[in-house]
Amino acid sequence: MIIGIPKETLSGENRVASAPTAVVSLLKLGFEVKIQKGCGTKASFTDQEFIDAGASVAVKKDVWQSDIIFKVNPPTLDEIAAMKEGAYLVGFIAPAQNEDVLAALKDKKITTLAMEMVPRMTRSQSMDALSSMANIAGYRAVIEATHQFGRFLTGQITAAGKMPPAKVMIIGAGVAGLAAIGTASSLGAIVRAFDTRPEVKEQIESMGAEFLELDYEEPEDTGSGDGYAKEMSKAFIDAEMALFAEQAKDVDIIITTAMIPGKPAPKLITTAMVESMKTGSIIVDLAAAGGGNCELTQAGKVVNEKGVKIIGYTDLVSRLPNQASQLYANNLVSLAKLLCKEKDGTLNINFDDVVIRNMTVVKANEITFPPPAIQVSAAPVKPKAEAVKAPEIKVKEPVSPVKKYSLMAAGALLFAWVASVAPADFLSHFTVFVLACVIGYNVVWNVSHSLHTPLMSVTNAISGIIIVGAILQVGNSNPLIQVLAGVAILIATINIVGGFVVTKRMLKMFRK
Amino acid sequence: MEFSQGLISAAYIIAALLFIFSLAGLSKQQTAETGNWYGIVGMAIALIATIADPRVDNVWIILVTMVIGAIIGLRLAKKVEMTQMPELVAILHSFVGLAAVLVGFNSYFEMDHSVMATFSDSQQMAVNIHLVEVFLGVFIGSVTFTGSIVAFAKLRGIINSAALMLPQRHKLNLVAGIVAIILLVTFVQQGGGDNTLYLMTFIALVFGWHLVASIGGADMPVVVSMLNSYSGWAAAAAGFMLNNDLLIVTGALVGSSGAILSYIMCKAMNRSFISVIAGGFGTNVVIDTETDYGDHIEINAESVADMLNGAKSVIITPGYGMAVAQAQYPVYEMTQALKAKGIDVRFAIHPVAGRLPGHMNVLLAEAKVPYDIVLSMDEINDDFAKTDVVLVIGANDTVNPAASEDPTSPIAGMPVLEVWHAKNVIVFKRSMNTGYAGVQNPLFFKDNTQMLFGDAKDSVEQIFKAL
Repeated sequence: MIIGIPKETLSGENRVASAPTAVVSLLKLGFEVKIQKGCGTKASFTDQEFIDAGASVAVKKDVWQSDIIFKVNPPTLDEIAAMKEGAYLVGFIAPAQNEDVLAALKDKKITTLAMEMVPRMTRSQSMDALSSMANIAGYRAVIEATHQFGRFLTGQITAAGKMPPAKVMIIGAGVAGLAAIGTASSLGAIVRAFDTRPEVKEQIESMGAEFLELDYEEPEDTGSGDGYAKEMSKAFIDAEMALFAEQAKDVDIIITTAMIPGKPAPKLITTAMVESMKTGSIIVDLAAAGGGNCELTQAGKVVNEKGVKIIGYTDLVSRLPNQASQLYANNLVSLAKLLCKEKDGTLNINFDDVVIRNMTVVKANEITFPPPAIQVSAAPVKPKAEAVKAPEIKVKEPVSPVKKYSLMAAGALLFAWVASVAPADFLSHFTVFVLACVIGYNVVWNVSHSLHTPLMSVTNAISGIIIVGAILQVGNSNPLIQVLAGVAILIATINIVGGFVVTKRMLKMFRK
Repeated sequence: MEFSQGLISAAYIIAALLFIFSLAGLSKQQTAETGNWYGIVGMAIALIATIADPRVDNVWIILVTMVIGAIIGLRLAKKVEMTQMPELVAILHSFVGLAAVLVGFNSYFEMDHSVMATFSDSQQMAVNIHLVEVFLGVFIGSVTFTGSIVAFAKLRGIINSAALMLPQRHKLNLVAGIVAIILLVTFVQQGGGDNTLYLMTFIALVFGWHLVASIGGADMPVVVSMLNSYSGWAAAAAGFMLNNDLLIVTGALVGSSGAILSYIMCKAMNRSFISVIAGGFGTNVVIDTETDYGDHIEINAESVADMLNGAKSVIITPGYGMAVAQAQYPVYEMTQALKAKGIDVRFAIHPVAGRLPGHMNVLLAEAKVPYDIVLSMDEINDDFAKTDVVLVIGANDTVNPAASEDPTSPIAGMPVLEVWHAKNVIVFKRSMNTGYAGVQNPLFFKDNTQMLFGDAKDSVEQIFKAL
């Protein structure tokens, strides 16, 4: 079958749905590739490179008549009209927003696979174009911010004075967020990041950023089971907004990446927060296409609000067209491999495969969107083992403040009662006791694991201090007491000497 | 020579400070030895100051008993094998417990019971407090005493280490607790009664015995550190009895440090402290012999040596089996041979490997394995996937994938060393028997696992020769 690669017509789009290296792979699978003349020019691929790779060059009309069309953006209705009946189409479709496109495709019996519908599974990672594009967007967001920012990101101390490093806050630690963290921290900025899913803390820290924590616990899982974040409760959002308001005063650059699939982007940065930022600060809103995370964002533009620039570019990926095309083309090759296991140049839309089922939005003359829900084994799904240990977890849950303070109050009252009736002597001893407990706790808390045994034998030796009690008693005139005290001294000494000597022996053995 | 009261107090304060420094020192490898010396000096100062106290008489008894005790203690400490450390620690705890009981009795006998009737209110209160202190001191001491003896016997193998399952054991413990509280109230109201005290001591002794007897062998690290904590509280109670701040401070230090160790151990096993104390790890285990795990693959020492020669990175995970077989020396020799070939060798230690907190570290240190290649579970767990060969020497439950894969397993949720991610796993084992928890280990039946049967020490020596 012939795969056609048309030129993208959306304004500002520089990408193309294939690359010379990808053409080679497609030919190996048994397909023929026909490219539209000049389709790769904006992405720095010449027609000659495509021809060298084995593709043929054709005019627009011929390309659209191919059996299979690989595209980046959703097709226009005119483009669909130019297609063959019963052909195949692969590309970003935005099926939830483009009902008319789906209907037109259905009418022409064009089987359509939407690239944004790749489920988040280990197996399908190689075709996850959203991730590969988000990675680029995250990188470019930092570059755009740096471009507008008029200052160094890294801190420097020079002969001419000291320049502090820029502080960057990144909201949403998906692929784009993590890429932005990596880029910003490699430029030397101090990076902080926030995400509603606490389980990504580790990933954030692994990229070199500080994880901003909320002092609010969402009762349920924040992952929605499909690998993306879900909408949060009111109380959570309030806590979150307070955090952002506080951070806005401090940071120089904010990069927001919060998107909820199929819904308008949540408004996280209010006008008031923007006004509280330092002059010259930058906000990059990666969710601009979905309405923006900042109230002042205008899609595709840079807004200057009292010295704070809000970048709402929606074509960040397209600003790295060569590599973006390359990665997207590779995603398509992986998909072609899945659809054409026989390597005979034909497509097999097998609905038993959840990846293919999920991606297919139109099959022949039937709209198959939305697909049935599938649960992905991505991080947020808790292991079943949790259910078994549930009773223990309850014990560990932080006690509610009311309970905690009332317990403390009860303790204090009890102590007050004891103190009021007990002699002063006892109280002073008790004070000593309590303080010693606190010291013991703090001193031992950070003990290195390998020293548990020596620590135990030393405390053992030290607890032989009970000998002091026996020594004080041995002088009693009662012979019974004398004998008992004598025995106590004997065994306590065994303890003291044995404990210290054996500890010494053990510690000698530890060496680097 | 007799010291004034002021001088003695000063000496006590210095001793208490030295004990704190000692514990602080012991929490880091670099300062550990200094820490031990602080402890020794502190103890010496405390003893000299006490003996020089003008109230102390019969110094010859003290000296004679101390010399005898010191000789016994030295002999014990010099003779003990590092693999027997848990037993030594346990028996030493029992000594502290017994000493606390004796001191408590003495303190009670010393009271002048005849003048009770003429006390004023505040004096009466003081007496009551003193009685409570005596009662608690003897109680904690007795529990520590018998508990430690049972722990010692279990570790030494004198009695079966499996959990003792009396019917209604939780209720028995509860009844013992309630009776003890009732006795405490009667004891104080009577102004101290000999028989009440004896009865309580008896109950406490039985209670301590039962408490530890009903805890299974796999929980021994927690039990030992818990008893360590108890011995501290016993000393603190004695301090209250005798109005001695040094005893209180020291007891509280030891008590809280033992409690923290127990807590750390429990966390490592993903178990709540209460459930360990209440007894019986794996008590409700139905040993599932029905499930078909498939076949295990055997391997011989020469093939293991070949495999090690071809490896770039090796991780060794030792367990109690290595201690039993005394295999730490040959393991060290093998490690040296592998390192000489440029192979990266590291050790992965599970927090509860062995029968005592940090047991494996002590054994490896004894065999001179440098401590910077001995890593804890958290530090190394992610590296298994990048490892060519993992040698599991005498570990079982701590490498059991069932803990993370099988929610019905009795050890479900316990963090384990994820050795099965490595390319090859060699398990050194004597037979296919289950570990302490009595749970079958699916690791043995994995495709990348091979079993090397036989005594761990012999096996390692054979591998060393074949290298």
